[in-house]
Amino acid sequence: MADDKIIYATFDDDMVLLESAKKLTGKGVYIRDVFSPFPIHGIDPVIGIKHTRLAIAGFIYGLIGLALAVLGMYYFMIVDWPMNIGGKPNDFLIQNLPAFVPISFEFTVLLAAHGMALTYFLRNWTLPGVKARNPYPYTTDDKFVMEIHPSENQISKDELMKDLKSTGSVAIEER
Amino acid sequence: MQQEAAIREPLILGEKTYGQITDDVLKPVVGKANRSWWIAFGIAAIMALWGIGCILYLLGTGVGTWGLNKTVGWAWDITNFVWWVGIGHAGTLISAVLLLFRQKWRMAINRSAEAMTIFAVMMAAVWPGIHMGRIWLAYFVFPLPNTFGSLWVNFNSPLLWDVFAISTYFSVSLVFWYIGLIPDFATIRDKVTQTVPKKVYSLLSFGWTGNAKAWNRFEEISLVLAGLATPLVFSVHSIVSMDFATSVIPGWHTTIFPPYFVSGAVFSGFAMVQTLLIIMRKVMNLENYITIKHIEYMNIVIIVTGSIVGVAYLTELFISWYSGVEYEAYAFLNRATGPYWWSYWAMMTCNVISPQVFWFKKLRTNIIFTFFMSIIVNIGMWFERFVIIVTSLHRDYLPSSWTMFHPTYIDIGCFIGTIGIFFVLFLLFARFFPVLPLNELKTILRSSGEQYKKNTEDATQH
Repeated sequence: MADDKIIYATFDDDMVLLESAKKLTGKGVYIRDVFSPFPIHGIDPVIGIKHTRLAIAGFIYGLIGLALAVLGMYYFMIVDWPMNIGGKPNDFLIQNLPAFVPISFEFTVLLAAHGMALTYFLRNWTLPGVKARNPYPYTTDDKFVMEIHPSENQISKDELMKDLKSTGSVAIEER
Repeated sequence: MQQEAAIREPLILGEKTYGQITDDVLKPVVGKANRSWWIAFGIAAIMALWGIGCILYLLGTGVGTWGLNKTVGWAWDITNFVWWVGIGHAGTLISAVLLLFRQKWRMAINRSAEAMTIFAVMMAAVWPGIHMGRIWLAYFVFPLPNTFGSLWVNFNSPLLWDVFAISTYFSVSLVFWYIGLIPDFATIRDKVTQTVPKKVYSLLSFGWTGNAKAWNRFEEISLVLAGLATPLVFSVHSIVSMDFATSVIPGWHTTIFPPYFVSGAVFSGFAMVQTLLIIMRKVMNLENYITIKHIEYMNIVIIVTGSIVGVAYLTELFISWYSGVEYEAYAFLNRATGPYWWSYWAMMTCNVISPQVFWFKKLRTNIIFTFFMSIIVNIGMWFERFVIIVTSLHRDYLPSSWTMFHPTYIDIGCFIGTIGIFFVLFLLFARFFPVLPLNELKTILRSSGEQYKKNTEDATQH
């Protein structure tokens, strides 16, 4: 029998939810997701969430920014239209490089930060006009909710309910 | 869960639960504005309108309506620019540098300090914009191809570095601030019942759900953006200082400028945060979150940075004599004893001498006194920029071109206008935005809340 119903178990304390998640996953239950009003530290390895690679993406965006800035200034100031500034030598990039440091730095930060932010918005799918998918409005206030799909688990639904209740869930709903 | 020594004073007072934190912070957002908010808003709006009028007149008539002359080509405009940029340094310092140092006390103040930063940087950007005279040609600060009708912008010029620094700083701070706001907008979205606010906040919250992976990314991006914003804070005011330091004007051409400007910026920024938060905690009943301890911590930052600024002033003075450069020596002698002696001594008193009273614990934990001092520091830091800019310029190399600077009512009006616009924006923020970072405060309730601290204390004693 295909059962598409999802179990939402509400907790009113983050530490209780964490302990409960540890017990359940210890028994082999797969917890699909956890919704909370603030980050629960330590939940990620318990429910099998890998650490995000956003920082690596940020580093790459930063490198692109640095390269673009240096290339751009090389073209503007050395190739296309060298300026005579007090007769200072500027025939090669290396001679003019000290003056390019500030903008190279700023542009690196600019691209790293905005590239990362865009990636963050896209990966989270948080964009203007997107509808929120949290199961209950109170998960952004003071409650913590665990989402379990019985169809993904071997354990019987009754046993799951019993385990959730015994580990401190204050409300369990199936929908 | 993080543990904290019981000896540290709690950062959240009273017996709060997660739900109560939400309610306390959302009260002004979901409720109606009180009378003091309307009075403040009215005054700020009048100042803003007056300023906008002056700015429009300036743009229509020309920069000649300011008191500038051939010798003093920069005066209040750039003074105000540097003053506002300086104020805009506290927010990102609080949220980025203090995040990297894991200072939990930042959490009660970072949201509003960052809002202040963003509004202050906006006000700063007004000045070079209107100082151009022909603001409709402002797009020429961007690197446009030669075929556009002009040369490339000069990448060797600190003025162009400034364009990049300020725009990067502004946009990165804005994004950093907004990413932190999204989960809190989601809280408001799920809490309000009226249709229009619900629609608006759900648009602003970008459909945030708060699932585990999103929080994982949230924490990562906050940390990395803090890491990126930290050198940015230091670079921006360093670059602003290079507008002066790379020139050959005596009094400007000094290598001490970048660190001296950065510490001055943090000093003035914290003073402005104090000015705003001391009023805000009272009007919005946030005394349990923005505690005396927070105010004391900020006052400590003010002593440290104020002392650095003091040392810089004295070093500068000493070096002007020790260098043996007569022009340099004269510039400083003229500052202290010339026709602008009063502005020099106003700066010295407000920035160097008066913050030293914060060594007394009684004074740095006194709210009214702190408020008074914050105003003094704001005034002092305005005078610092005035002294640096006007007194260095007004006595040119040739005594025949020596002049004084007299502000016109347009100078004064534009300055008052930016203060007005700043306060209009800040009051709107305080009214419609979550002024405390809900999601961050909730994470420290256990380790730094008063009630939890008491419980752990009881547990260790018995």
